[in-house]
Amino acid sequence: MSGKPKVAVHKFSSCDGCQLAFLNLGEDLLCVAELVDFVHFAEAGPVEPHAKVDIAFVEGSISTPDEVTHIQQVRANSRFVVTLGACATAGGVQALRNLADGGKWIAAVYAQPQYIQSLATVTPIASHVKVDLELWGCPVSSRQVLGALRALLFGVVPAEEQDKVCMECKRNQMVCVMVAKGIPCMGPVTRTGCGALCPAFGRDCYACYGPAENPNTAGLARRLEGLGLAPDDIARRFLFINNAAPAFNEAGLRAKGEAHGTES
Amino acid sequence: MAQSPEIKNREINIHVPVLARVEGEGALDIAIRDGRIADLKLRIYEPPRLFEKFLEGRDYNEVPDMVARICGICPVAYQMSAVHALEGIFGAPSFDIQPSPWVRGMRRVLYCGEWMESHSLHIHLLAAPDFLGYDNAIAMARDYPDEVRRGLRLQGLGNAIIRLFGGRSVHPVGVRVGGFYRAPDQQDVRALLEKLRAALPDAEALVAWTASLDLPQDTQPCINVALRHADEYPMNEGHIVSSAGLEIPVAEYEHHFREFQVPHSTALHSLLHDQPYLVGPLARLNLNLDRLPEQVTRALQATGISFPSSNMFHSIVARAVEVYCALSEAVRLLEVYEYPFSPYVSVVPRAGVGFGCTEAPRGILWHRYETDEQGLITSARIVPPTSQNQARIEEDLRQSLDAFGLANSDEDLRRRAETVIRNYDPCISCATHFLKLTVNRP
Repeated sequence: MSGKPKVAVHKFSSCDGCQLAFLNLGEDLLCVAELVDFVHFAEAGPVEPHAKVDIAFVEGSISTPDEVTHIQQVRANSRFVVTLGACATAGGVQALRNLADGGKWIAAVYAQPQYIQSLATVTPIASHVKVDLELWGCPVSSRQVLGALRALLFGVVPAEEQDKVCMECKRNQMVCVMVAKGIPCMGPVTRTGCGALCPAFGRDCYACYGPAENPNTAGLARRLEGLGLAPDDIARRFLFINNAAPAFNEAGLRAKGEAHGTES
Repeated sequence: MAQSPEIKNREINIHVPVLARVEGEGALDIAIRDGRIADLKLRIYEPPRLFEKFLEGRDYNEVPDMVARICGICPVAYQMSAVHALEGIFGAPSFDIQPSPWVRGMRRVLYCGEWMESHSLHIHLLAAPDFLGYDNAIAMARDYPDEVRRGLRLQGLGNAIIRLFGGRSVHPVGVRVGGFYRAPDQQDVRALLEKLRAALPDAEALVAWTASLDLPQDTQPCINVALRHADEYPMNEGHIVSSAGLEIPVAEYEHHFREFQVPHSTALHSLLHDQPYLVGPLARLNLNLDRLPEQVTRALQATGISFPSSNMFHSIVARAVEVYCALSEAVRLLEVYEYPFSPYVSVVPRAGVGFGCTEAPRGILWHRYETDEQGLITSARIVPPTSQNQARIEEDLRQSLDAFGLANSDEDLRRRAETVIRNYDPCISCATHFLKLTVNRP
């Protein structure tokens, strides 16, 4: 075999969208394949799930007993473990079932729930093993993934975007959708990295890159209330793609709790 | 076609089915006794993600962003079925809210982008290595650099179309109920149009190339199901038709198609009048040959393969034909692009039930939503194409492995089984690359 660094791409509970950061590279994919050896990347072909690798990219969250075992093996076999996107980093949209009775939901939708293997909660990778680098986003972008890969190959820690979407929006000289049109936008608390896409489309950011550093969620919740949003509406905005990220989880539950508080 | 006794005995009708994700873990168990397949199960263990439950209580505006997350490879399909279903509720003719011709046309262009992206990815990165004797596309690219690069370029153009309307190709952000959040600038459209026009010969050549592959001969007559539109190759609109003469509006789907759980899969199986059926590119092409653009028909005729075809391995040719069709349609519609007065129509929510069915790259994707007066979702049902194809895949495996010869080694049987499964481009493509085959021979 070659002396190139070995890379694995593993999938857990997910939509496969973050792996596409590689598969959508076009001809650059062939260049990346010159730089590293993809020893395990099932969707692209190579299959060797238990190989020792330098970098393991992990997509998806942990939602079944098998996945708990599998992620331990991945950790043991990998020098660096990098999470790829919202599911792996924060549990993803499917962590919404943590807020409900997941078992009851399964029973409601499957005629024979006894055949369904599923854990009570959906958790991010870092709840199970040490993670060396977390890439946020639903989905992550090719630029993020290649940047991380390049940095790791050089032996340095990649720069991490922690700014709010608002900062990027301003840098791109876009008109603020919240100030100018009164659209309830999650930009003030959301990590950038997407390129402030949604405001560029004249619409609200829906927080797919997760919480920014030091987000003032309480301040935003008050602002959303000022725009006329009902408590449930505010809660749903925090409890969406990154509902299990602690900052958003707390803010969402707080919004719901306040609803109870004012009613009683 | 006979159902396997397991399916029959364990059949349960369920009223609130779940959308079980089907990409991911797949395994195949075959029991061979007395030289015959005694038992065969395609097992899918993708963890259920329960999207239909997540949708309950959500605002209708959140639905396109939510359902996109069901699949990273075909998010546009989920968004399209959803917005059509919801507009069916809010935009009933008496309310005078119908998406404009501009919206209609641009949705078709967006869908063309997804077909090009998804089909090119499947043809080049997933399927072709099977027919040329490689383990994967990266290895294949060393010997077929031009073909692989051509495929990746077509995939890239598909992604570029999706980016034009949605900012990014995975989970695009531009689609809303009523239309789009933003209309693309004229100059961006013109720039992309140039590239799309220049790629037309590539797409034409792709059709010939897939037809020249050494594809196995294995004809399996089966029921084909697809949408059919009065004058277009179907994407967003049409009736559901079958090769057995069915023709129904999408709202009547549940009267004819039945989903049920089998113990060995987290994806539900589906039958039409108790028969397995085929959805996807081959079924779509077989039922809509007369709706192809003229130059695409010529390219198809030049292959010498006669369609409609019941050789399942012609699916890769059908995919290439649809890449060419999608590219031609995108060019045709963008050539007359005009910046609209508004990229959407406002909708007024109301209570009701709506149905949407569009042609995802892998076949018909059916949605049903109920809303309350505020436009909050009270119930959702989603039937993805791969679960509809599951019973057909098992039926195909029984027939084609029999025809292939059960005396072959386990390794050869595994390879052939993988090729058969991958041919359907199930969302478990990734998993079927590490298909765990258990052959039980007493």
